Amino acid sequence: MGCQQPAASAGGSDVAVRLNGEPRDVPPGTTVGDVVRLIAPQARGIAVAVNGEVLPRSAWSASVAPGDDVEVLTAAQGG
Amino acid sequence: MSVLERAVVASGTALVTVAMRRVDPSAHGSLLDVLSRLGVRVLPNTAGCFTAAEAVLTARLAREALQTSWVKLEVIGDEISLLPDGSELLKAAEELVNDGFVVLPYTNDDPVLARRLEHAGCAAVMPLGAPIGSGLGIQNPHAIAMIAESAEVPVVLDAGIGTASDAALAMELGCSGVMVASAITRCRDPETMARAFALAVEAGAAAWAAGRIPKRRFATGSSSFEDMADFGARVGA
Repeated sequence: MGCQQPAASAGGSDVAVRLNGEPRDVPPGTTVGDVVRLIAPQARGIAVAVNGEVLPRSAWSASVAPGDDVEVLTAAQGG
Repeated sequence: MSVLERAVVASGTALVTVAMRRVDPSAHGSLLDVLSRLGVRVLPNTAGCFTAAEAVLTARLAREALQTSWVKLEVIGDEISLLPDGSELLKAAEELVNDGFVVLPYTNDDPVLARRLEHAGCAAVMPLGAPIGSGLGIQNPHAIAMIAESAEVPVVLDAGIGTASDAALAMELGCSGVMVASAITRCRDPETMARAFALAVEAGAAAWAAGRIPKRRFATGSSSFEDMADFGARVGA
């Protein structure tokens, strides 16, 4: 879908995370920002929680760790 | 323009509330783009949260996503009634106020809880007229009037409105505004209903400002019994 994944490091196996409730395997070194862009390429109007805590955009360069639970949310109609 | 857009424009609203939900990669178009194009303020809400902790986290996520510290705070007690859980609501309100949020709490029609929310620093109180989506209108107008009379922050009637006259009544009870979803989005012709609401809010606010007559048990004639013609015995014999 046109999103860039970082090159896998030699000998590293995929990192298993959860993205919006679904299991997802990503290459080692994948950042939170990379994961967000898997489902929200333009990343506008988006917020991210990792393991139940808000992760501000400034911290999206952090690498995801095995077992990380990533929720990517945006505005939807309703109240 | 979609039905949503036409209804928003017809209503004359300056504010639309949005829920925070998982990104759907298959969705076309962005709700935020639509609202931004219409020039209305986006007010995130914590719809679907059952605990203060969930609501606080959701509010913080919303602040990140939408770059606003305004939040419509909803903490519900059960899925059937969707009524607020006052205890968790108050806890969440206090925490969010302390974290710099502008908190607009969806609450019930209990004047005591409304006062507590105001004293906790909420920027408004938003009592329900009836359960969300019920269309039952204002179930306890006396309670709403009590809340509006003693609050020093704006009171917005939020939830249960069914049609335009409910909104007019809310304004006549002293509310500063109303929040409407189902009455507009689920009726047959949302754009027309949205315009009806705009008119109703204007009418109700004017009636409130005009200072209505009190309700009486007995009649007070609008013309006097003096200076009436005397038709004599010829009439009525």
